[in-house]
Amino acid sequence: MAEIVIKKVAKSFGGFHALHSIDLTIADQEFMVLLGASGCGKTTLLRIIAGLETPSQGEVWIGGRRVDGLPPRERGIAMVFQNYAVFPHLTVFENIAFGLRMKKLPRQEIERRVTRTAELMHIEQLLKRYSGQLSGGQRQRVAVARALAMEPDVILMDEPLSNLDALLRLEMRAELKGVLAASKTTTIYVTHDQVEAMSLADRISVMNAGKIVQAARPVEVYRNPAARFVGSFIGNPPMNFIPAKRAGDGKWQVAGVALDGPQASRDRLEFAIRPEDVTVGAEGIPATVRVVEPLGVHTLLTCEVEGALFRAVVESDLAVTPGDTLRLAPKPDRVRWFDPESGMAV
Amino acid sequence: MHPKVLPYVLLLPATLFLLVFFVYPFVQIALLAFTGAEGFTLQHVQTMASHWKFKAALGWTLLLAAVVVPIQLMLALSMATIVSKLESGRSSILYIFSIPLGLSDLASGIIWLAIFEQSGFLNSLLVGLGIIERPILFLGYQNVWVIFAAVVIAEAWRATAIVMVILVSGMGLIPKEYYEAAEVFGAGPWKRFVKITLPLLRPSLQTALILRTLLAFEVFAVVITLGGTTLPVLMGETFQWQFALQDRHVASAYAMVILAISIAATLFYLWALRVPKGAKI
Repeated sequence: MAEIVIKKVAKSFGGFHALHSIDLTIADQEFMVLLGASGCGKTTLLRIIAGLETPSQGEVWIGGRRVDGLPPRERGIAMVFQNYAVFPHLTVFENIAFGLRMKKLPRQEIERRVTRTAELMHIEQLLKRYSGQLSGGQRQRVAVARALAMEPDVILMDEPLSNLDALLRLEMRAELKGVLAASKTTTIYVTHDQVEAMSLADRISVMNAGKIVQAARPVEVYRNPAARFVGSFIGNPPMNFIPAKRAGDGKWQVAGVALDGPQASRDRLEFAIRPEDVTVGAEGIPATVRVVEPLGVHTLLTCEVEGALFRAVVESDLAVTPGDTLRLAPKPDRVRWFDPESGMAV
Repeated sequence: MHPKVLPYVLLLPATLFLLVFFVYPFVQIALLAFTGAEGFTLQHVQTMASHWKFKAALGWTLLLAAVVVPIQLMLALSMATIVSKLESGRSSILYIFSIPLGLSDLASGIIWLAIFEQSGFLNSLLVGLGIIERPILFLGYQNVWVIFAAVVIAEAWRATAIVMVILVSGMGLIPKEYYEAAEVFGAGPWKRFVKITLPLLRPSLQTALILRTLLAFEVFAVVITLGGTTLPVLMGETFQWQFALQDRHVASAYAMVILAISIAATLFYLWALRVPKGAKI
């Protein structure tokens, strides 16, 4: 059992606050992704959990044990580094065996575990090589195998796929998901790639400016962003936002169209809809088409609504050319509203 | 000019320099050592080897290197580790540690003589503190081991900094991530030093050890100042045969011995600290 509990963890470097009082609980065997743009504090949080960074305040608990005073080696974790950190002076075998030798496991056990994890990561033919003789993808596999061989309660991964080319990343992503699900460890995975986050995570913690904005299941994060930031960060293309004015009677004025909205005390809100949640028809928000991008499965339209960009995903057989004016009707159950000042969902 | 020719042209001055000032004298010395009136002869080598001081000189030289170099290596490794961990003031400390490097070996020999001689600082201090009643003759001819120890101390003081400077720059090349990975995977500070620092430092260790060992084989001025001829070393004997005994042939034979053990030591270090192909940082 390795539940991870983070209580009020904060970190500042000099006058810069990298993390503001983070509270987060990661369940045993859960795959948690920390997602955010660079500089949002996700790697700092991971390094605090690993023990490579000391929090300025707060507590870290792993498996019911408070660990923030312990060195990394006493925390029962394994880690995959962004640049892999495969030791150049050791063979692949010795790299995978490194942690096991530190634990002083018997020789047969080390051999068994190295062979098993190497087979799992399909690198059994590389065991005698040095890191300098491996490709980036192979080094990545060695780094993962080294972590898995520890049979740890917790695996921490710091942007492990970011240095791979696109095709390899896709392949490794699927493989990692399978391997980690079978290993029954709790995983914390840091990435700035939202597709990676969506595809791997049991739960995503979206981070921004040193805070966790939303921690929820991927579909929930996508469908019901807790904040405007989440909607604009996740999804490709991201959510569309249009300013809305109170029109009375529970109605809100959005680009000249009155839509049903929430009962809110404010006079102004922000209307939000995902590009794929609009239908082209006789009624709806008037939009002038600027760019048409046929993508095969569907067509991506970049339109202008009240001087702002508005993207819509439409069926690929729709005949449309730049300059046309369309009526885009939002699907009522997919419309979201945000408070323009706090940026939070209403 | 043809781009393939250019590098060789640029190398030409250095090559000429090496030929005139290293290869030519070397050939001259070898000829002196191995030729006599009737051509090739081993007579000078026999003269050298049969002299009672030869074995002593060779023995003391090797023993000095075997004691001084490991002491310097350990001192330099600990100093370099400390300096590498410093967040600020790193270069000031490096400069301070390197001050003895600026002194000639003769000057540092004299400094340590001023400390150890009968009217030196050490005796004054001990008498002043009332530990001894009258000054002791530390560096007398009966006390060859005291002279040896004094030479070791003087050499360690004088030339450890060069080893440290090489090791500090070598440690700077090791990425921090390897230490973090080692830490996560269970290595404490000592294990990290043994399993990460030392192996990844092999190229720097090689350079530093070759440099220091070769210079230790050539130790001369410090030994002469502190021990006169009580502690014979190869370089001292070369000097003796050349200038006191006026026999350039035997002096050259000594020079060849120093060259031979230098080559042997270099080959040993190249082999012992080799980095397998593909295992470089």
